[in-house]
Amino acid sequence: MSNPAQTDRTPVEDADVCIVGAGPAGGIVAHRLAESGATVAVLEAGPRFDGDRQDQLEQHLRPGLDDPWDMGGPRDEFTSSGDSFYPLNAARVKGVGGSTLHWQGMVMRLHERDFELDSRHGVGADWPISYDDLRPFYAEAERELGVAGAMDNPYAPPREEPHPLPAFPPSHSDSIFAEACERLGIDMHSVPNARNSEPYDGRSPCVGYGTCKPVCPSGAKYTAESHIEKAESAGARVIDRARVRRLEHDSTGERVVAATYTTPDGETHRQTADQFVLGCGGVENVRLLLLSESGQYPDGLANSSGLVGRYFMDHLFAGMGGRLDRPTRQNHVGFNTSETHQFYDDAEPVNGLKLEFLNYAGPSPVIDALHADTWGDDLLAQLKANYGTHVAMGALVEQLPDEDNYVTIDPETTDDLGDPVPAVHWSIGDQTKAALERANEIQRTVLEELGADVEWAVGPDNTGPAFHHMGTTRMGDDPESSVVNAECRTHDLENLWIAGSSVFPTGGAMNPTLTIAALAVRLAQSVKQRVRN
Amino acid sequence: MRLTRRDAIAVLAGLGVVGGGAVAVDQFDPPTAESGEMGETGDSGGDGSVSTTVTATMTAAAEVVYPSQTEGVSDFVETYVVGRARDESRRDAMRDAALELDDIARDWYGDDFADLSADDRDSLLRELGVAAADPVADGNVSERIRFHVVNELLYAFYASPTGGRLVGIENPIGHAGGTASYQRATMSKDDVERVGHVERVERAGDSEDVDGSVTDE
Ligand SMILES: Cc1cc2nc3c(=O)[nH]c(=O)nc-3n(C[C@H](O)[C@H](O)[C@H](O)COP(=O)(O)OP(=O)(O)OC[C@H]3O[C@@H](n4cnc5c(N)ncnc54)[C@H](O)[C@@H]3O)c2cc1C
Ligand code: SF4
Repeated sequence: MSNPAQTDRTPVEDADVCIVGAGPAGGIVAHRLAESGATVAVLEAGPRFDGDRQDQLEQHLRPGLDDPWDMGGPRDEFTSSGDSFYPLNAARVKGVGGSTLHWQGMVMRLHERDFELDSRHGVGADWPISYDDLRPFYAEAERELGVAGAMDNPYAPPREEPHPLPAFPPSHSDSIFAEACERLGIDMHSVPNARNSEPYDGRSPCVGYGTCKPVCPSGAKYTAESHIEKAESAGARVIDRARVRRLEHDSTGERVVAATYTTPDGETHRQTADQFVLGCGGVENVRLLLLSESGQYPDGLANSSGLVGRYFMDHLFAGMGGRLDRPTRQNHVGFNTSETHQFYDDAEPVNGLKLEFLNYAGPSPVIDALHADTWGDDLLAQLKANYGTHVAMGALVEQLPDEDNYVTIDPETTDDLGDPVPAVHWSIGDQTKAALERANEIQRTVLEELGADVEWAVGPDNTGPAFHHMGTTRMGDDPESSVVNAECRTHDLENLWIAGSSVFPTGGAMNPTLTIAALAVRLAQSVKQRVRN
Repeated sequence: MRLTRRDAIAVLAGLGVVGGGAVAVDQFDPPTAESGEMGETGDSGGDGSVSTTVTATMTAAAEVVYPSQTEGVSDFVETYVVGRARDESRRDAMRDAALELDDIARDWYGDDFADLSADDRDSLLRELGVAAADPVADGNVSERIRFHVVNELLYAFYASPTGGRLVGIENPIGHAGGTASYQRATMSKDDVERVGHVERVERAGDSEDVDGSVTDE
């Protein structure tokens, strides 16, 4: 990890653009703008995780070691309320690369209906842009992330060109599911993965470590470190362990003039710039805006609508698994190769829903062994009994925007710098639960058709979040009912932009990061036009 | 089923240690006055006696912790342990845990751990609560032995393709075994044979350097 004593963390002089956060949103914007000649400063709260990834690999596999990405200390305090606990620190990473250090790397486009849910179905909200508006940016985003995919998905929205890399071939486990799905009339297709099926962008192809989430030691899985690296080569300066605590505005209240940040030596600095882009993720974007309250903006910056933090959404997981009487060959790789989006656009339930065929069902022998309470021949017998015949399906289910799900700050609880921590208030409504039920119903049908003994299910009563933080600075044309406009610029401040899934008015049921990347490419284009000279 | 040095090197490669076979056993010598560190173990050696004790103790533990059909344990463990010792903090903690285990063996059973019968070694570890203990790198003695001795050895075994094959997975998690195995319905004939009996692969790759991207296809 980077040494706190070794880096110059003073502000960048004459910066055109200050970007807060070095995840994929901030990283892509930084790269694009630096390449266009702008002077770019990136402030990142977490460290650089330099070097190879063997420590993280071991931290992941061996019980008794710390979190691979050092999440969860006093820096990361939060509170959770509402009906469902939100495990925030399992759901994000702070560091150069952001949460993509830990992510799984499934990347798919939203469907056309996701942009017009209100018009089509009278629920949620419409986006101020359509799928067609975003379509060319999706293609660019796929190149940015290096997506391995195929045109074999009859339910995907229209696309004009193939993915930059060929899809990973289906697993043996997929071929077992295929028999049952064919009989049931369920179409399986490939999964677009931000993971190299061939060498791409100077990174290795996948070599099968099987530990994608939380760490890919080969570099085959995309992380935003690659955009940060490219941004730096193009002249951007990236300051790690720079925790931005306030944004300051000018006397008119129309422009942000500086981001104040604190470094590990306890110094506080002011980064001035012409344009400011927030890429802190769907929770910390809110926190920073609310912490930046002023006499003029007592409820926080960019919050004249009162909606900063409101409409927090995540995707919910539904899953089911069991065992067959044949080998299923799980846990060789850590990613999936087949899904079905056949039920995604159904109106009943209206929530988007996608189904996954897992390649990592059941225990991995090595991890099992390290937790076992025996060894020798006993252990071998136990491992043999536990491994080999598991199958499982997963699903993501859409949660519709609800004003009563929100992120705010908790004035009673502060982090190690004395700043109020983020507070997540989150509940899962009946409509979402019904959609989870539907996902379970399909999963059970498939598993029963396979002849599996179903051993576990995750559904309405024990579901959990997929760690996609959306909706908290929603995009819209009306400043009274949204926080940013269709360009992702805040309605209230003319030089403050927000990159990331906090701008999503609805979240569909597709993992969000391809859409984050597409919006980031688009945002960079808009900021570029506004940068001085 | 025979383990080879090559298996150990493959696991070490996964952990970022390349060329594991080239390191000397005397990595485990206690720190000397010149190196500026003080040994915590009270071992007065300096002549390599500690290193021998550590590798002998680890091997003796492996003989209990690994399935009884395993052959080639001592070469495998020595290669792994010596490669692991390149990480200084690991080396010291592993040495301390192994020496403690040895002390306890002498206290309770009146002999060095490595000189006890396999049954006694097994009983000693279980009596110490190591089987049920959580692995904690700096925990109490049972937790430390679980972490630095038992789990270190189990990791080396089950993250290696040879250990994995025994359970039916030739590309276990943590091993960079390529992207072909997940597509296959069964282990390859070769893999199956290696589990069955094995003299064939014996030593074939002993001196080979294995990097992170090697596959067992
Ligand atoms: C376990 C897991 C699995 C996932 N799997 C997938 C998947 O398969 N597909 C998918 O599409 N998505 C997945 N995601 C979600 C994905 O990681 C995020 O959508 C994506 O990383 C968000 O990008 P971002 O740049 O907006 O935010 P982040 O990646 O979270 O980056 C934000 C950065 O901002 C920094 N920051 C925050 N506050 C401040 C501050 N005040 N000052 C300075 N810096 C700050 C943070 O330290 C962080 O580095 C997964 C997430 C997790 C946790
Ligand atoms: S399986 Fe996952 S962790 Fe392993 S190389 Fe491929 S992408 Fe990386």
